[in-house]
Amino acid sequence: MKIRFTPEQEAFRAGCASWLQQQMEGPFADIRGIMSQTFRADRRLEWERVLGQARWSVIGWPEKYGGRDASLAEQVIFAEEYARSGAPGRVGHLGTELAGPTILHFGNDLQRERFLLPIAKGEEFWCQGYSEPNAGSDLSNVRTRARLEHGPNGPEWVIDGQKIWTSLAQFADWCFVVCRTEEGTKGPAGISYLLVPMKQKGVTVKPIRQITGDAEFNEVFFDGVRTKAEYCVGKPGEGWKVAMGTLAFERGVSTLAQQMTFRNELERIVEAAKSNGAASDPLIRQRMAEAWVGLRIMRYSALRMLSRATTGSLGGEALTYKLHWASWRKKLGELAMDVAGAPGELCVGEGYELADLPYLYLFSRADTIYGGTNQIQRSIVAERALGLPKEARGDR
Amino acid sequence: MQFSFTDDQNMIRDSAREFMSERCGSQQLRHDLESAENFDPSLWQTITQELGWAGLSLPESVGGSGLGMVELAIVLEEQGRCLYGGPLLASVGLASAILLECPPAEARDAVLARLASGEATAALAITGDRGLACLDAIDVTLQEEQGGLRLDGVASFVLNGHVANVFVVAAKDQRAGRSGYAVVAIDTTASGLHVEKKLAMDTTRPYARLTFESVRDVVLLAADVDGRTIERGVQVAQVAVAAEQLGAMQAVLDLTTSYVSQRVQFGRVIGSFQAIKHRLADMMVICEAARSAVYYAACVVDEYRADPVTHAQELAEAAALVKVHCSAGFHDVAGNAIQLHGGIGFTWEYDAQLFFKRARATYNLLGAPVVHREHIARLMGLDDDKEVA
Repeated sequence: MKIRFTPEQEAFRAGCASWLQQQMEGPFADIRGIMSQTFRADRRLEWERVLGQARWSVIGWPEKYGGRDASLAEQVIFAEEYARSGAPGRVGHLGTELAGPTILHFGNDLQRERFLLPIAKGEEFWCQGYSEPNAGSDLSNVRTRARLEHGPNGPEWVIDGQKIWTSLAQFADWCFVVCRTEEGTKGPAGISYLLVPMKQKGVTVKPIRQITGDAEFNEVFFDGVRTKAEYCVGKPGEGWKVAMGTLAFERGVSTLAQQMTFRNELERIVEAAKSNGAASDPLIRQRMAEAWVGLRIMRYSALRMLSRATTGSLGGEALTYKLHWASWRKKLGELAMDVAGAPGELCVGEGYELADLPYLYLFSRADTIYGGTNQIQRSIVAERALGLPKEARGDR
Repeated sequence: MQFSFTDDQNMIRDSAREFMSERCGSQQLRHDLESAENFDPSLWQTITQELGWAGLSLPESVGGSGLGMVELAIVLEEQGRCLYGGPLLASVGLASAILLECPPAEARDAVLARLASGEATAALAITGDRGLACLDAIDVTLQEEQGGLRLDGVASFVLNGHVANVFVVAAKDQRAGRSGYAVVAIDTTASGLHVEKKLAMDTTRPYARLTFESVRDVVLLAADVDGRTIERGVQVAQVAVAAEQLGAMQAVLDLTTSYVSQRVQFGRVIGSFQAIKHRLADMMVICEAARSAVYYAACVVDEYRADPVTHAQELAEAAALVKVHCSAGFHDVAGNAIQLHGGIGFTWEYDAQLFFKRARATYNLLGAPVVHREHIARLMGLDDDKEVA
């Protein structure tokens, strides 16, 4: 058991840190430190392409797909340096962290050749077609349907239905869609995982304005939308395990980048507390320390999880991770607001513009909902890690 | 960077778990509680003579196995699972941690060698009657008298002090021309030393209160001008305490999971109710975070010992965070265990109360979370002057 990096790895760190710093102080200084997911989207898409050209976008992928075959330690280091540099959240993350790894792991060669390089190069962006109005926590209840048709372009899936809470769909070229391809099936059986082009007739994207005032989420309507028959990942009707596999990738190296973002947020809170005097309040100090403790522990939980994953044995601890960080960050949001005090309640500009700490406070309310609510996560931990009885369903 | 156990470390864990569960189960524990020592001396002899755990993490130069804090933490975790009350934590986890911070010298190594071989056990006396683990709270003085040394004062909350052979004592250094602190060793039979066993709320482990009245047979181990020897030794000791807390909190979680999987009410096992499942899930989150914290901190101790200058700050941080999380976490988990057991959890005959009381005792041992959070607040730089943009 070792927590330190080797000199070679530290040299790698210095290399990526200096490249990132050049970018963030030079050509991309205007998007440094942006917290919102959608703000300055045009420049963020450009940043994705620059990352791709420099082969820093997906360093863990094989070289032939635009990666660097980087080791786990190198991926950890890059993720940390990325966040430390103040580079903005990745607009391409649904492709680089979810669609790409899914295609790499569950896809076939044709799909890998077609899709991976454009993701790595920042040329094609993705969104996630999972949730529906009646399939949120209960995802296997999806009603979006697809049927195979033999038309003039060869066999194609024709898709009808509605997705919701689809992040960044407004920028996406492709969507990975979980839908029902076998009439009369219920639950996980009969679901397929399709890769669907977004820029076509029949796709309607309607932004949903959220609690922060931003519109990161969307409703996406599919009305006779088409994709090639061969763009089904896994066998038709067996997409559920692919869909669940995608979710497991959320617990990958990106968690460390996310933590560095959290670290930056805690630092902002510390600075604010020092400047307005809250840092001398004993109760605030206790909460600051508690936040710091949680953050440090999450780092080592993530490293534990990743170290285990390389040996192919993800333990029950991996299941606790979402619950841990989401609860932690909601508390961080509350701490941010308490440090900001009454001035934090005032907008700082027209059009519902909020300062960083109040924005964090509002945004953190989503953390315990998306990607599986805390309630769902607790059931998962209890059932899969502790072996308690499964919840009975009301409908089957 | 490989934050997972090596094969050797897994072997140590497997054999420790097997030994402890066979030889130190609940029945044995109940039996031990009734004895004068609070543990079975013959079992302790097996631990030191056959398993070599007393010397596991001590240097080879004093007869130890030369392994590190990670290995010691593994064994302490397994002992914690059984709420074992024997001297390993006090003697190796606490007293040796301070000894290893003292400058290498024959006198120090002689004490360490006795501990490594299992010939003697030590107890750490750094705390006054208020039980605070800080330099200000040291209530023992070291003075010079007729060319010799003399110890006076009181030390309390001395873990395993009722059975130890050697006391490692932190004292205020009041010799002429000196200031700061001193670390000394004294034999528990020294004249002028009065050892009083103190029964505690935590029945698994009593304390001792020591009164020093002109105690002369003093071996000076360190003149600790700025208190750093003591502070850093205590930081290492905090990691040892946390490792034991981790084992205990995991055990009480397991106990509770097993209970709710069997207990039937309303025609279902109660573990099928979300109110129960979700609370257990929260308990597991705490335990897993504790495991990350303990083994991170243990790694930091090993790095600190290899290169003290570079890693002193990280040791201070890691020691504080692990004690905060494991103390508060163990108390939460043990408290929830009582709640989820219902009435039986509140009884004397069932073990949940033993875990709860151990949680409370170790909560204060070497500093309660509130104290360490304040340390962290300072380490985070909340008091640093800094112009703000």
